[in-house]
Amino acid sequence: MSQALVIVAHGSHLNPGSSAPTYDHADTIRAAGAFDEVRTGFWKEEPSLREVLRTCEADEVYVVPMFISEGYFTEQVIPRELRLGDWDVADWDSDGLSADVATYTAEDTGQTVHYCGPVGTHESMTDVLVRRAESVTGDPDVGDGFGFAVVGHGTERNENSAKAIEYHAERVRDMDRFDEVQALYMDEEPEVDDVTDYFTVEDVVVVPLFVSDGFHTQEDIPEDMGLTDDYRTGYDVPAAVDGHRIWYAGAVGTESLMADVVLERAADAGADVNAAIESVRETTRVAPGADD
Amino acid sequence: MLARQFDALLAAADSDDGIDFDGLRVARDGDGTGDDPADGYTFATPEHEATGLSESELHAHADGSPYVTDWYFWEREVQRHDSPRRAFLRRAEAADDHAVDERYDALADGMVTEWGQLRIEARLADAAGDVGAADGSRRYDVRHVEDADRAIEDLETYDDPLDARELAKHDDDGMYRPLKTGTNMPTGWAFHGLDWRDAVETVETLYPATVANWYREQQGRLDVDHWTDTTDRQTGIYGVVSELPREAVEWVAEAACDDSQCVKRREWQYDEGDDLAADGGTGAFPCREPCSLVIAAGRRWTKLEEEEPREYTFHLTPSEKEQVEGIVDAVADGRVDEIREADVYEDANRYRTRYLRAKLFDDHGNLGGVPTDPEEEHDGHDGAESHDDE
Repeated sequence: MSQALVIVAHGSHLNPGSSAPTYDHADTIRAAGAFDEVRTGFWKEEPSLREVLRTCEADEVYVVPMFISEGYFTEQVIPRELRLGDWDVADWDSDGLSADVATYTAEDTGQTVHYCGPVGTHESMTDVLVRRAESVTGDPDVGDGFGFAVVGHGTERNENSAKAIEYHAERVRDMDRFDEVQALYMDEEPEVDDVTDYFTVEDVVVVPLFVSDGFHTQEDIPEDMGLTDDYRTGYDVPAAVDGHRIWYAGAVGTESLMADVVLERAADAGADVNAAIESVRETTRVAPGADD
Repeated sequence: MLARQFDALLAAADSDDGIDFDGLRVARDGDGTGDDPADGYTFATPEHEATGLSESELHAHADGSPYVTDWYFWEREVQRHDSPRRAFLRRAEAADDHAVDERYDALADGMVTEWGQLRIEARLADAAGDVGAADGSRRYDVRHVEDADRAIEDLETYDDPLDARELAKHDDDGMYRPLKTGTNMPTGWAFHGLDWRDAVETVETLYPATVANWYREQQGRLDVDHWTDTTDRQTGIYGVVSELPREAVEWVAEAACDDSQCVKRREWQYDEGDDLAADGGTGAFPCREPCSLVIAAGRRWTKLEEEEPREYTFHLTPSEKEQVEGIVDAVADGRVDEIREADVYEDANRYRTRYLRAKLFDDHGNLGGVPTDPEEEHDGHDGAESHDDE
């Protein structure tokens, strides 16, 4: 029986770059050859979430949401639009971070759909955050003498969003790799605006836990941190701010190792993709001294 | 005919069902059990029939027969009966309307179909992709209909269907295309020499899900979700869209779903049994529900329609009234960029429009000096509300 992977993401009517990371990760996974078909579907682009399943010929489909946390999109919009008729968020049996998979039959296509938790809450996402730090510094061993900040929206719109930030910050801290680790938020304390207040080390890598670059990661956060007065003029990496050097990484979702998280989600849901996981980890590795 | 094609033919002839496809019949003679090798084979096309053939005689009949390579292409390569992609490829050469020999003659020159703004040309090729040698392989070219007569050397050529994503992301003016089936597909490119898999993939990348939905429609099982179905299921910031008055839904369809704006053919109506008067269009493939752009714009229109009309008094010359109408038309029809700088006979000419503004707007941008809100002295335009791209 053939199996398909469908990566679902938000997309945008206004920002042409929004879909780029989703396409990139789909291409990486396609090249790894684990699935008969790899498709992408979007809330705001096409194929729509409503019609993406019918673009797959496979009877068995693994759906992985390119979202950072469990919430409105993963719990309401995506299951509704995919027509997972029996969807009940309780089937995920999640504490807000632990959604793994629930399986349904799509009402319109009859396909078996393994609906996975979002990429942002998977434990392997921590590795991607660290990999992002490696990419932006060009140092595969970065950590010693460095601080690490993971940045999220905050709880204003979704309490699980902050849970995901805390979760990964804690896991990075447990690695004992960076001198200091801090979770920061855009709309609550501790705020990303005050990033330099939270670190004593000079060098700080700042990684936003966002799926794609856009308004927040390219305009708000760089200006809030004081990397630049005007995002349109760009900023240096690293940038000097209040006696610190800020290595701003941009959205973690653009890191190529994200493809691994997508595969891990599918593997947890029962897809036979172990060989592909090895291959993706290998092909997305950062070379020493690599330029981002 | 390639050796593997004859091997496949022989295997199929020896099977219980034999072959009966697109005019070709090949089977074991006699009782069809194949128990007696002396029975021989039957090889029949609409032109002739031979029976009692030995394997080598069967080979002689099969070799060079378009019916054999056609059978192989459809039944051993494309396969997937009852699939959208097979139906789409059959459409590309009108396979259900023309016999194999006619079709091969036409395919030698190339058969052209259109799909939205795409021009798809199917032709015969050999396994190496060379045109003219007929082992039944097909090659496909996909380009913009407006580029039909342009030489391939003048076009940017591609062969990876995934390149279609980037290529169709912006229109010819470099503007982002949020609607893949918008009528602003860029020109100047061609996918050249695609095999059947990549041909379907390219079309589906440029116009996602259109093959699947067209096929469902062909089968009489297109699952249309009307305006009320679609807006009733919205939540969050789009929950309000179901409140848009019915007459406004007419204007939505006329504004956004017209053939001039989108190559899909609108099949959704206000509700089951309650059709919209607006023209659904003539597109090759259907639109089965209001798309996300229509819903997002619908939210804005829902909010705007909550306002009550007010009476304003402006004094315009007859030509000024017509100019305002002309400007609205030019913007609505996307003609603004075509109006020449010095063509002051065009209502939407920039100088004409700047003159109108200089004459009729006060310092706060109010037409005729009339405040938008009569309570306030001046209530110029404060720009659009911020975007909510949720």
